[in-house]
Amino acid sequence: MKLSQKEIEKISVQIREEVIKMILKAGSGHCAGPLGAVELYTSLYLSGILKHDPQNPDWEDRDRVVVSNGHYAPLVYAILAEAGYFSKEKLKTLRKLGSQLQGHTYRLSLPGIETSSGPVGEGLSQAVGMALGAKLDEKKYQVYCFMGDGEQDCGNTWEAIMAANKYQLDNLTAIIDRNNIQIDGFTEKVMPLEPLKEKYESFGWKVLEVDGHNISEIIKAFQASKSIFVKPVVIIAHTIPGKGIDFMQWEYEWHGRVPDSHQAEMALQQLRNLKGKIKSELD
Amino acid sequence: MLNPEIQFNPKIFTKEIEKISPRDGFGEGLVLAGEMDKRVVALSADVTESVRMHLFKSRFPERFFQLGIAEQNMIGIASGLAATNKIPVVGSYAAFSPGRNWEQIRTTVCYNKQKVILIGSHSGLNAGPDGATHQALEDIGLMRVLPNMSVIIPADSLEARKAILAAVKYPDSIYIRLPREKSPVFTTEQSVFEIGKSQVLWLPEKEEQFSGITIFVCGYLVYAALEAAKELESEGILITVINNSSIKPLDTELVLKWAQKSKAIITLEEHQIATGMGSAIAEFLSETHPLPIKFMGVKDQFGESGQAEELIEKYGLDKKAIKRTVKELLRNL
Repeated sequence: MKLSQKEIEKISVQIREEVIKMILKAGSGHCAGPLGAVELYTSLYLSGILKHDPQNPDWEDRDRVVVSNGHYAPLVYAILAEAGYFSKEKLKTLRKLGSQLQGHTYRLSLPGIETSSGPVGEGLSQAVGMALGAKLDEKKYQVYCFMGDGEQDCGNTWEAIMAANKYQLDNLTAIIDRNNIQIDGFTEKVMPLEPLKEKYESFGWKVLEVDGHNISEIIKAFQASKSIFVKPVVIIAHTIPGKGIDFMQWEYEWHGRVPDSHQAEMALQQLRNLKGKIKSELD
Repeated sequence: MLNPEIQFNPKIFTKEIEKISPRDGFGEGLVLAGEMDKRVVALSADVTESVRMHLFKSRFPERFFQLGIAEQNMIGIASGLAATNKIPVVGSYAAFSPGRNWEQIRTTVCYNKQKVILIGSHSGLNAGPDGATHQALEDIGLMRVLPNMSVIIPADSLEARKAILAAVKYPDSIYIRLPREKSPVFTTEQSVFEIGKSQVLWLPEKEEQFSGITIFVCGYLVYAALEAAKELESEGILITVINNSSIKPLDTELVLKWAQKSKAIITLEEHQIATGMGSAIAEFLSETHPLPIKFMGVKDQFGESGQAEELIEKYGLDKKAIKRTVKELLRNL
């Protein structure tokens, strides 16, 4: 699938609507993070950058996408359905008994999901393992790992960061959704992460920073990450949690809160008013 | 008597019997596994030689990954390698793996259903002088509660060699528990080792002479149980000793068969009584054939520094304690 930037912008708004509807129907789930990270996923999956085949999800040479923050499940499911891995009808079943759409991503239940996730801080290790496996097999695929900023608290994350540097995994691209919130509050209050860029650089990584709602910037960073050799690359994407819905933006309380039907209706109305165009901060 | 169906080392019960650490058997087996299947890769967390992975490392350097003192990352990487069709063998001290990285094992290996072989060395009191921090006494429980994870405990170095080779061919993830200390090699190349099968090592020659006591034992203590059985025989007490090397899957057929023949059983392990091998047997028998069970193991305590044999004696798991327990049980039946 290779869509134009305009089409990706339009779908990014639609996916936000799907996410709100899914969480409303499920009655639980995470709002703010997934809404803030939509462009990161749509830019990777729909722009033609990601080598994958939804009709043949186990294709040996596919790029691997590891989602380390499994609570982004509603967004992951919406994007996989959009990309054609399964029918959008299934999205209605999120978190219901017997559903393939588990509350957190489960590898065995759906095509297109490379790893189960829920406890954060361990996706990057798995991505490092896959990147090492690719090198052993002399395969050319890229391994992408989506992470939250909260999981930069985890020791396990930094263990993986060191290992990726040791093995010079230039086939690995990590993406951090730098939305500055986690469950208990703002990241810099809960456990300061800054200077995050310099931390990664001192661990031997190449760091690219982007406006996480600017699709052309994100696409350029993905393209650049593939042409950097010897070093693993991290894209720090500055995003606004709850992006697109004014009463959710920047409110960490919306990390794990569910809108009631009135709030959901307001949210959907706001998204419709965007007329298919999410504005980046730089616009 | 020794089970005539099993080929024992002819030097069994003599001073001449070879003493080798099961870690050495594992290390040799890992090289053989690497030769047999090029998907086998090994991961270590700064204890490569202690876990006897150095042989694999020098034979297959490109398939060996040194990850430093980072057991959580090691498991995640193993899961990722398994996702690319490798067979990762992860080695450390049991106190650290699965001790430190249990949740990563639960999520990225078991829930993910990626096949990883875990080696937990220095398990049990026999880890000795390093003291309590290095003596894993909880690892059987930690691993056997996880879906998609099997647990086996070889009884000597030859079984350890066979265990890693069997684990590579086994469809699921498996935890192999190894001691640090050397122990008598009482089995032979020809003896059978199979995941899911336990072995009757000692039994009464005539069934009517059976005292009614069966000991289920695993790992480092198997040889002590055999010595105890031999000495009890000379006192006219005929018992059965089963090497219960396969804790999960449990050899339910064999366990049930000998429970039915017995008046009481003893379970013996270098592990906390809570959640250990004995618990696994009790869970099964309480539903199928309830009978009195004496659990010999560590009683909700930590270990301490000392020589392996001193600790085994102090914590009541040595030959004398086994004989005493059999006699007490017989008196009370």
